[in-house]
Amino acid sequence: MATDHSRIAARFMISPAVLLLLGWMIVPLSMTLYFSFLDYNLLSPGMEEWIGFMNYEYFLTDPAFFAALGNTFLLVAGVLVITITGGVALALLLDQPMWGQGIVRILVIAPFFVMPTVSALVWKNMFMNPVNGLFAHAAKAMGLAPFDFFAHAPLFSIIMIVAWQWLPFATLILLTVLQSLDKEQLEAAKMDGARKMSRFVHIILPHMSRAITVVILIQTIFLLSIFAEILVTTNGGPGYASTNITYLVYAQSLLQFDVGGGSAGGIVAVVLANIVAIFLMRMIGKNLEA
Amino acid sequence: MGSITLENVTKSFGDVEVIPPLNLEINEGEFVVFVGPSGCGKSTLLRLIAGLEDVSSGSIAIDREDATSIRPARRGLAMVFQSYALYPHMSVRKNIAFPLKMAGLEQADIDKKVDAAANILNLSDYIDRKPGQLSGGQRQRVAIGRAIVREPKAFLFDEPLSNLDAALRVNMRLEISELHQDLKTTMVYVTHDQVEAMTMADKIVVLRAGVIEQVGSPLELYRKPANKFVAGFIGSPNMNFLSGEAAQKHGAHTIGVRPEHLACSRESGMWKGTVGVAEHLGSDTFLYVTLNDGSNFTVRSDGNVDLNHGDTVYLSAEPENIYRFDENEQAIG
Amino acid sequence: MSHTAIDSRKIIMTAIAWGIGLLIFFPILWTILTSFKTEADAIASPPMFLGFDWTLENYTEVQDRSNYFQHFWNSVVISVGSTLLGLLIAILAAWSMAFVPAKGTKNVLMWMLSTKMLPPVGVLIPIYLLFRDTGLLDTLTGLVLVLTLINLPIIVWMLYTYFKEIPGEILEAARMDGASLWAEIIHVLTPMAVPGIASTMLLNIILAWNEAFWTLNLTAAKAAPLTAFIASYSSPEGLFYAKLSAASTMAIAPILIMGWFSQKQLVRGLTFGAVK
Repeated sequence: MATDHSRIAARFMISPAVLLLLGWMIVPLSMTLYFSFLDYNLLSPGMEEWIGFMNYEYFLTDPAFFAALGNTFLLVAGVLVITITGGVALALLLDQPMWGQGIVRILVIAPFFVMPTVSALVWKNMFMNPVNGLFAHAAKAMGLAPFDFFAHAPLFSIIMIVAWQWLPFATLILLTVLQSLDKEQLEAAKMDGARKMSRFVHIILPHMSRAITVVILIQTIFLLSIFAEILVTTNGGPGYASTNITYLVYAQSLLQFDVGGGSAGGIVAVVLANIVAIFLMRMIGKNLEA
Repeated sequence: MGSITLENVTKSFGDVEVIPPLNLEINEGEFVVFVGPSGCGKSTLLRLIAGLEDVSSGSIAIDREDATSIRPARRGLAMVFQSYALYPHMSVRKNIAFPLKMAGLEQADIDKKVDAAANILNLSDYIDRKPGQLSGGQRQRVAIGRAIVREPKAFLFDEPLSNLDAALRVNMRLEISELHQDLKTTMVYVTHDQVEAMTMADKIVVLRAGVIEQVGSPLELYRKPANKFVAGFIGSPNMNFLSGEAAQKHGAHTIGVRPEHLACSRESGMWKGTVGVAEHLGSDTFLYVTLNDGSNFTVRSDGNVDLNHGDTVYLSAEPENIYRFDENEQAIG
Repeated sequence: MSHTAIDSRKIIMTAIAWGIGLLIFFPILWTILTSFKTEADAIASPPMFLGFDWTLENYTEVQDRSNYFQHFWNSVVISVGSTLLGLLIAILAAWSMAFVPAKGTKNVLMWMLSTKMLPPVGVLIPIYLLFRDTGLLDTLTGLVLVLTLINLPIIVWMLYTYFKEIPGEILEAARMDGASLWAEIIHVLTPMAVPGIASTMLLNIILAWNEAFWTLNLTAAKAAPLTAFIASYSSPEGLFYAKLSAASTMAIAPILIMGWFSQKQLVRGLTFGAVK
């Protein structure tokens, strides 16, 4: 409800944001799409030629792609399982009466604010290093042989690091939602004779379910694009053991200078992310109407 | 200074026409009240005058000059909003000074005018507080203060008292009326409360679904309602209506009698009924009577009436106090 | 339940929560502790927890060897710069959508969000090539631009939800009081939205500070912020635990502090308003 004057002003004022984002989305994305149909290598400039779907064929049939696809899935799923179950448990714990709740909360949230390269390096060197890492010391103290995490379980190690970074996010959001639960509802359930477990299953969990879905979707968007943690720990190796799609595209285009193949991979990544994004947008959109 | 003329004004939101072509003349210095049930378009009409909404067609003139496409700030009108719309981050002084600052006045002039307004409205003691620290009535006065410093051609009030409690509302009603007496500036006042309309207005505009049902002084509307809607809306408690046989006797489709015009008797009268609830207020007694034909009547009687739940009662009215309406709900005669 | 039963329950809960909290926080604590050790103590076996010779030399050496503060400054410029630029654009857009909603407003809002979900690898190559050809590679300007764009949807979205909570009548009052559009935004809307704008700013600085895809791919040395600088420790010759820890501590300290202050707003911002 407004006047023409303010409507015109509004159009004018929203346009920088719209134009910038439009430019940001359309220009590079259509370039990527275009490159994905070219035989285009940065090492041989000027030799670009149209090769149709060859890049896609090459990329999608490359064993590395299947490895990366599997790794991407494991990475996302592994982190989700750890952070959601851990997040629910931690949120329930932090919601209990205790001393120093504020401080505990701060301790739990902290990893989320650590930049990815720092957390990856700290874990890699100071904890998982087979010679000087704390885990190695602990193993030796117990008379066991130190485990070389990144050599023998690279993907698992990365999952642990990423889960440590994202556990606070899930906890924080689920705790917020838990605290918004009407306590009278729980008291009423208590009066109705519901025991702890059934209170959790029938009241608390349904109350959190929407937030859990949102956490899953948002984390998935970010987890599909995990990059820095892989770059500074394993460089995707050994072999392709810890390469995800994002890293594969990076390696293809900026390490092997194969712009065409990398672009095809980029488009594949966009398609995958869109599938998740559609669900997420639906959830947010519903919220917008309310 | 201060006449407002609306000519064939319409307003549509999308496909919905909330105000069909409407004409209205507001004279200089008048206190005009727009009254009607919620959703009748009275607030929209006020916002059209203010310039906060564009008219879909037609024209609005202020002081005989076309103002239809002039921006709100340039129309020379001041508005008091239902929520007061005070700037929460500014002190009372800054709130009142804001329109003057926007008009580019000298600081010394601003201070002088703000102090004068604060004096009139008894706000001097609170002048450095923030709106959050004020009571509802004080906030209301700040909102009025912000309006009067501009010395506008007309004041627009959008249900200004609806957020106040009952006692304060009566007080503020008087204050606004006094303000009008002092300033003699045109005021346009929107309310859904017909008591406010009756007590404050020089001229009442009754609206229903965007259509003006009647325009007139409070007593004109009370005595000569143009139709059943106005008759039912103006007056408190509401007018009682009867239709069917009882109305046909009076040569009408529907007849109406105001509660205060009904006399009760235990023996005889025009309509027989049973007392449901009797509210003894001391000064008055309100009787809620169910007539034999099933319709409900409210009776306003003096404080000494000794009728109680379950009593049989006969009600009657003087012929000149019986309002008659035809099948189109228009008043007859 | 008796008092002692409640108390013992509270004691147990406190113990468990503190135990888990410290466990989760431990890597950060360990990093901070290590930053005060000598390199020898840092890799001592068995590891030393508190009984080492505390030293500040790592902090000075990190600067001496690598011009640490240049990278720190780059991080500040990039995160603050992209945030301010983003706010400037977003305040206007959010004003439009919150106070003059049109039929398409919701769709525009959703579309803006959807750009945030675009995986960066999808546009990595064109951006890299465009930057290379325009000389923006390894420049602060280039990074500010990119980070503004990737975080703009979040800023717009957060501001939109905050603006929605401001009653439109107040802006109309300003309009009646003779305020122009600019005066309305500058004198009335912005001061009223200060808490919302501040938390949006905070969250965005955090996100920009920790962004580690574009900063790693678009910088080499000159414009490298801390994310990229720390990454250089991944090479084997960089295995100096104490110095790595000192560099890391300085890199995360400012954001840890800001993050702790903005926990509440974080939830709203990170879930795009889906959880408040």
